[in-house]
Amino acid sequence: MDMKAPEKKLGIKERYRLLTRDLAWEPSYQSPKDIYPYLEYEGIKIHDWDKWEDPFRLTMDAYWKYQGEKERKFYAIIDAHAQNNGHLNITDARYLSALKIFLQAISPAEYAAHKGFARVGREFAGAGTQVACQMQALDELRHAQTQIHALSNYNKYYSGFHAFAETRDRIWYTSVARSFFDDAMSAGPFEFLIAIGFSFEYVLTNLLFVPFMSGAAYNGDMATVTFGFSAQSDEARHMTLGLECIKFMLEQDPDNLPIVQKWIDKWFWRGFRVLGLVSTMMDYMLPKRVMSWREAWEIYGVENGGALFRDLALYGIRPPKGWEDAGKAIDHMSHQFMLAFYQWRFGTAFHTWIPSEEDMNWLSAKYPTTFDKYYRPRWDYIRKAEAEGRPFKNFGLAKLCQCCQLPCVFTEPDDPSILCHRETVYKAETYHFCSDGCQDVFENEPEKYVQAWLPMPQLFQEPLFGDLMAWMDWAHLKDGLDNGEYPGASDQQNFDRWRGLATTNA
Amino acid sequence: MSQVFIALQANEETRPIVEAIQTDNPAARVSREPAMIRIEAPGHLVIRRETIEENLGRDFDLQEIHINLITLSGHVDEDDETLTLRWDR
Amino acid sequence: MTGPGAWRMCGKTASAEPIANQNGDKNMQIDLRTVTIEPQRQAFDHLVRRFGDKPASRYQEGTYDIQAAENLHYRPTWAPDQELYDPSITRIAMRDWYDLKDPRQYFYNTYTLTRARQQESAEANFKFIESRGLAGLIPLALRDKALAVLVPLRHVAWGANQNHTFVCGYGYGAAFTQPSIYQALDSLGIAQYLSRIGLMLGGTEALATAKQAWLQDDAWQPLRRYVEDCLVTRDPFELFIAQNIALDGLLYPLVYGAMVDGVWAAEGGSTIALATQFMADWFDETRKWADAVVKVAAAESPANRETLTGWIDHWSARAAEALAPVARLGLGEQAEAVMDERRADLAARLAKAGIKR
Repeated sequence: MDMKAPEKKLGIKERYRLLTRDLAWEPSYQSPKDIYPYLEYEGIKIHDWDKWEDPFRLTMDAYWKYQGEKERKFYAIIDAHAQNNGHLNITDARYLSALKIFLQAISPAEYAAHKGFARVGREFAGAGTQVACQMQALDELRHAQTQIHALSNYNKYYSGFHAFAETRDRIWYTSVARSFFDDAMSAGPFEFLIAIGFSFEYVLTNLLFVPFMSGAAYNGDMATVTFGFSAQSDEARHMTLGLECIKFMLEQDPDNLPIVQKWIDKWFWRGFRVLGLVSTMMDYMLPKRVMSWREAWEIYGVENGGALFRDLALYGIRPPKGWEDAGKAIDHMSHQFMLAFYQWRFGTAFHTWIPSEEDMNWLSAKYPTTFDKYYRPRWDYIRKAEAEGRPFKNFGLAKLCQCCQLPCVFTEPDDPSILCHRETVYKAETYHFCSDGCQDVFENEPEKYVQAWLPMPQLFQEPLFGDLMAWMDWAHLKDGLDNGEYPGASDQQNFDRWRGLATTNA
Repeated sequence: MSQVFIALQANEETRPIVEAIQTDNPAARVSREPAMIRIEAPGHLVIRRETIEENLGRDFDLQEIHINLITLSGHVDEDDETLTLRWDR
Repeated sequence: MTGPGAWRMCGKTASAEPIANQNGDKNMQIDLRTVTIEPQRQAFDHLVRRFGDKPASRYQEGTYDIQAAENLHYRPTWAPDQELYDPSITRIAMRDWYDLKDPRQYFYNTYTLTRARQQESAEANFKFIESRGLAGLIPLALRDKALAVLVPLRHVAWGANQNHTFVCGYGYGAAFTQPSIYQALDSLGIAQYLSRIGLMLGGTEALATAKQAWLQDDAWQPLRRYVEDCLVTRDPFELFIAQNIALDGLLYPLVYGAMVDGVWAAEGGSTIALATQFMADWFDETRKWADAVVKVAAAESPANRETLTGWIDHWSARAAEALAPVARLGLGEQAEAVMDERRADLAARLAKAGIKR
């Protein structure tokens, strides 16, 4: 072969094609069906994997280079944070309840996503799709680890972080996020992508990260701001993967539309329920608040989601079935959650507290149609009981929804004075749900949801048989340290004392 | 018309990028929040490598934007010279 | 370390006061009074149980026990006989899967920063070659030989990417699975460097030619069959062996050792060594991990050792057979002798890991 004249410089699209999908080939010694055995059972039809477009055409050298940059900056900041007792810069240690929930419930989800994306990164048959999923698998591992590392310093000084590896698998509220991810992972590869890649990463992720990370910035938590924004830059790639996957599926075959629509309905609702934890963190647990859950919903839910679904209407997709019910719940859910956490504070590995008058005035202003009418009276009652020496505690255990696994504390979408409860009998057993949304999810796949490990009913079975103290031991919940009220807790006392040492002359 | 948006970390590195976006997208609105800059535009938004390089004074690879990108919304189209977000089709 | 920051190390705060000397003059003397902000604990509970009550490393924090272990909710719909995290997908049995620690202690940060440095080197190498027109100075016969061997290997690297991804997805325990996602993306990186070498030495035509060879030439069919057989192997540990030990254990020393750094360098191919430096370094680094995993798994039980030995025997024999024609493409008559040496090296390496064959 003679040396040819140098070729024209390859454009980014062609170069990327040669460096990714051209690596794959049509196998002949083994059949594609044996190599990729899970591609047909969900009923999704793909005719041409080459139609997958990866908008961010990141080759591995670029990935390493830019991720390396991000990593250097990230660890420099959290090292400085740890060395300089950055934890004393937070507004006050009530804020840490948000971080404790994060480490116990959200960080494990990052690891689950890592495993889920690794699997679909192998099980899909298109090289472009696989590479995007594999990079996400790597990113999610990054998120799990950067979160653990950023929060590690808080663990040295405050309660509630020390047993995150046990509370992940054993405590009740972590089951909400865990069952969400287990559901996605146990689904087929296409549903997994719609569940996590699209519904969670595109529709809902900004509701989790952006206001929460801004909240961290407002409350002096440099470590969390840093991991939030550093992780979120990976999310931009994840979001484009999610949007591309739904476009791809819808463009490949019209038969895919009803399947995808059903998944959008299911996963929007399950995701919305998981985000309930975030609503409470934003409205109640940030001593200095950025915006209300209602405001975040307007920007990242309604406006953003609105733009998205207007775009997808071109394919015949309509907004998720539960969208309206979700909208009706926005002004209620954060209050319902906090009241629930507060009354069951014996059983949470984070502190809760009665909101102050100032807190409640902010909530009144942000929730003018609901707070003063439905929730302030309950907080007033609780405060009064506390002042009279009979603090409001509920040792009665929460009935959990079979689907989302939250305690059934929500009210009817059209009547906030009535608790919402649904029931389905399946194979002679009665199953309970918090909403129409969750009941629908169950009724579409009962054989899946009857398998769920429900933490509270489990407490009554062997080996604990309802013994609360034994349950605390088993869940690694240190009674009197991790649980209960913030005022008087060792976190509160320590923080105030240490902050005093650092800033005053005692 | 649906808004597209992009959010970047607020630091020295993103200043020339934000300025470039404002230059190339007169309809864009910039808002500054804690540690974050959010830029919104009706229907579409284009980021041009050339404009950034003029502001920056050195060569710039569009993929460098990943370092400080926080989030975005809209369909993404990327080539050697531009990154475009759009909802209008 | 000087300045205000020094006073705040280790949670201590300090104060400085002017102190009067015997003449009543006030000079600044530092009277270090420290007040400690005492940590309540040294590490997360699960790490204290494993390693004792002391600060944990970032590798430990980012690896041990971060995978869900119990009370899982639903069985996979794609394989209802399995659990989502299932140690019984493989024949290998471990009391504690976290014993399969990575000696490099790679977690995302250390892995990525290492590769970022390596890619910077690789990029500089490519720039050096391009700016000086070094590709055009390679003797034509050698250039053709390099294209014939290296470019089809981009498809072998893609196969590796698929296999490592599988091991990560279906293996048990973060200590065992974490390195495999790094292997997977490293393999993609290697496939991309090989593609760039093809483009550099022979343009897009070189890639098309190599793909045809991969699909049709006799020399490549046994290896392609090997790779495709791996793609239907669903025991994650067996696949770990087939890819990391049996195939890579011969392929890398053969191609980047014996060919690139050995015979070809002597024939005027040092440019090729420059262009493939990443691959040579990568193999030297990753074999330490692969050996450590085999060693610990083999030492766990006679049953494991027997299983591992069986797999290694089977896949190594196939890999040697598959690589023989590739060796001939790159080394001509010396091929058989070199292959024998590389196989002996691999056997010695495995003996050190406790596998005697």
